[in-house]
Amino acid sequence: MSPVIPRRGLTLSVLVLAAVFASVWRLDLIAAFAEGQDSLGELFGFLQRFAAPDTSPAFLSKVGQGAIETLAISLIGTLLAVLAGVALALPASGRFGRLGQIVSRFMLNLLRSVPELVWATLTVLAAGLGPFAGTLALALHTTGVLGRLYAEALENAPPAPEAALRGAGSGAVAAFLYGTLPAVAPQWVAYGLYRWEMNIRMAAILGFVGAGGLGAQLYYALSLFHEARAATLIVAMLLLSLLVDALSGWLRRRLVVA
Amino acid sequence: MISLAALSVAYAGGRRALDGVDLSIAPGERVALIGPSGAGKTTLLRVMGANLRPTGGQLQLDGLDPWALNARQLQGLRGRVGKMYQAPPIPPRQRVITAVLAGRLGQWPLWRAVASLIYPLDIDGARAALAPFDLAERLFDRCDQLSGGQLQRVALARLFYQQPQLVLADEPVSALDPTLARSVAVALNEDAKRRGATLIASLHAVELALSEFSRVIGLREGRIVFDRPAAQLGVADIEALYAGVPYASAPEAHNPDAPSARPRLTRCA
Amino acid sequence: MSASQHDPAARGRATALVLAVCVLWPLLQIAQFEPAVLFDAGNLATLGGFLGTFLPPATDTFFLGFLASATLDTLAIATIGIALAMLIAVPLALLSTRSLSIGRLDGRLRPVSEAIRVCARGLTLVLRGVPELVWALVFVRIFGLGPAAGVAALAITYGGMLAKVYAEILESSDLSPTRALLAAGSGRLAALGYGLLPVASDELVSYTVYRWECAVRASVVMGFVGAGGLGQLMDQSMKMLNGGEACSILITFLLLVMAADALSAWLRRQVR
Repeated sequence: MSPVIPRRGLTLSVLVLAAVFASVWRLDLIAAFAEGQDSLGELFGFLQRFAAPDTSPAFLSKVGQGAIETLAISLIGTLLAVLAGVALALPASGRFGRLGQIVSRFMLNLLRSVPELVWATLTVLAAGLGPFAGTLALALHTTGVLGRLYAEALENAPPAPEAALRGAGSGAVAAFLYGTLPAVAPQWVAYGLYRWEMNIRMAAILGFVGAGGLGAQLYYALSLFHEARAATLIVAMLLLSLLVDALSGWLRRRLVVA
Repeated sequence: MISLAALSVAYAGGRRALDGVDLSIAPGERVALIGPSGAGKTTLLRVMGANLRPTGGQLQLDGLDPWALNARQLQGLRGRVGKMYQAPPIPPRQRVITAVLAGRLGQWPLWRAVASLIYPLDIDGARAALAPFDLAERLFDRCDQLSGGQLQRVALARLFYQQPQLVLADEPVSALDPTLARSVAVALNEDAKRRGATLIASLHAVELALSEFSRVIGLREGRIVFDRPAAQLGVADIEALYAGVPYASAPEAHNPDAPSARPRLTRCA
Repeated sequence: MSASQHDPAARGRATALVLAVCVLWPLLQIAQFEPAVLFDAGNLATLGGFLGTFLPPATDTFFLGFLASATLDTLAIATIGIALAMLIAVPLALLSTRSLSIGRLDGRLRPVSEAIRVCARGLTLVLRGVPELVWALVFVRIFGLGPAAGVAALAITYGGMLAKVYAEILESSDLSPTRALLAAGSGRLAALGYGLLPVASDELVSYTVYRWECAVRASVVMGFVGAGGLGQLMDQSMKMLNGGEACSILITFLLLVMAADALSAWLRRQVR
């Protein structure tokens, strides 16, 4: 071992520590948290009210509706993204020439780089308040993520089966369907399911900017200091994401691993 | 059926894979191509299958120059040519029936190809094509449940289902054990004989070439060394063809499944 | 011909299709899936008007000063968030990993330490189970608008995530040096320092740096609920339909994410 590496590690550690202290100073955090400490009693009251979720039947049925709406947003948004992701992944893997590749890659990067919540503020303008705006926002961001993964799967797929079919006179579309699709479809499904698991969590949040679902209810509950209702809603979100994890695991076993 | 005149293929670096080949093959002939690795067998088969454009000389398939045809006509021509490879180009997760039916994609309209993916349209045809290989029972199994030998026979069934007038087989038996290799070579020849189709196969196993095929062409360094009926070939011819290289060198290991790097799945994408 | 003339998979496929339609149709209704809305003249005008003001991006000095300060805030939130998350994660990971278990050596399970492990794992699960944005919303109620809420939310969720991954890394590393030390009678901390950390430290650091990169994105997004930084600025501009400012902020965000990517990749290379 050369003595250079530990010295470099030391320099890096010092730099990182300096960054942390600079950050604390920058945000004036000590004052902020001290202020929070003043309201420590308030915090405890807040948490105490959290500990007793609202379980009145009327509220629960509203939560149930919100949960189904959230499920719908996540599922439809992911499905739209799968379709759009495939449509953009085909040119992005270079199947329609260099120009198509550059254009579609740029679009995928743009879609992926803008967070769902930013998309949601735009789709709320385009589609009005409500679950459809949330669905679109999820679909836009997820298209960018899935499109890139799908294009990578296409590029890594063995080319021989499709080339052999083309060589035997098959049309381009049929050769793709019989030669390459069987190799990439399981991966595409797996990525779609994985994104669905993430999107159910995101769909529960998009309501914060007016895009429907459980998030909208949680935003109101917290704004109006209804901690008991907020607690119920948070538990509902957790249960919903566990349910989707289980569903997607089941689908994965049936469609991908089998 | 096929005629080549002064045909050559040169690669970008200037290396000539084929160098002034004159050849004519009549309908119904069964030709074996032999020669050491790198002799140009695969290139010759690719040229005859209209998959590789020659850089010089003339090529005629069925009296046509494939490279003067428009895209549609070229596709039609390729549909009448069946091909076999050392590694069957079949996606592992495809079902046997789909893999067999894919043999007729060149003849089917697109709607039929798509419909057949949803529900296989010619179950009887696929079953009949598989029957000679004792694989009819595996019709609805997935290809990754088959052994390598079974998979090569599925590729053969696909070829029989296509019923091409010209069969081009590139090392079809090199990856199989000797017994299986012989049975596949016999099946290819029987089928060609029965339908009057032309068969051209490259082989590493010289004894198979001599015993099963009617005509044997020896290639070395892109040129034809001999071209004779199998019965007229002697040991001296074979030894001259392979002089200086291992007699029946093992085929180069080529791995069709390149390691597919899975993109990393992370929670913040 | 033999018995199975029909495709045996057809029935399953048809059932799946019917089931999918039966599930998706009502869900489409619930999600109010009406693409026609997008072409509604009023909506088009609002969106068009907003997007129209994106160009040119706002570049007046006053606003750029704001932008720079918000960007620094975002970076600071991510950095402290990760630092606090590590403080939470390290003890949790050590408590929940089996690699440092002495009882495991001789196969005797000690109920107390097993119970501690289960509790630590449960706490980890709760911390990361609730999305950071929800935590942020809760903390905004406690600390008020501003970076403190973002830091607290990041510390808690990322603390849970780091604890889980740290524990996994510790368990998947080469355990033979650690086992040898424990078997020779050394204490848990000594076994950690001399047996486990030397084999696992690269991966631990590398994952932490990677998480920092995620934290930069997350801190921007949390700004939308009032947790300070770039996100809060972007939320304000968007609510006021100030396209020029929104555009500048968006560009800054994209550049920041790219820079964070590059920095984190560079740091991870230094560690390897």
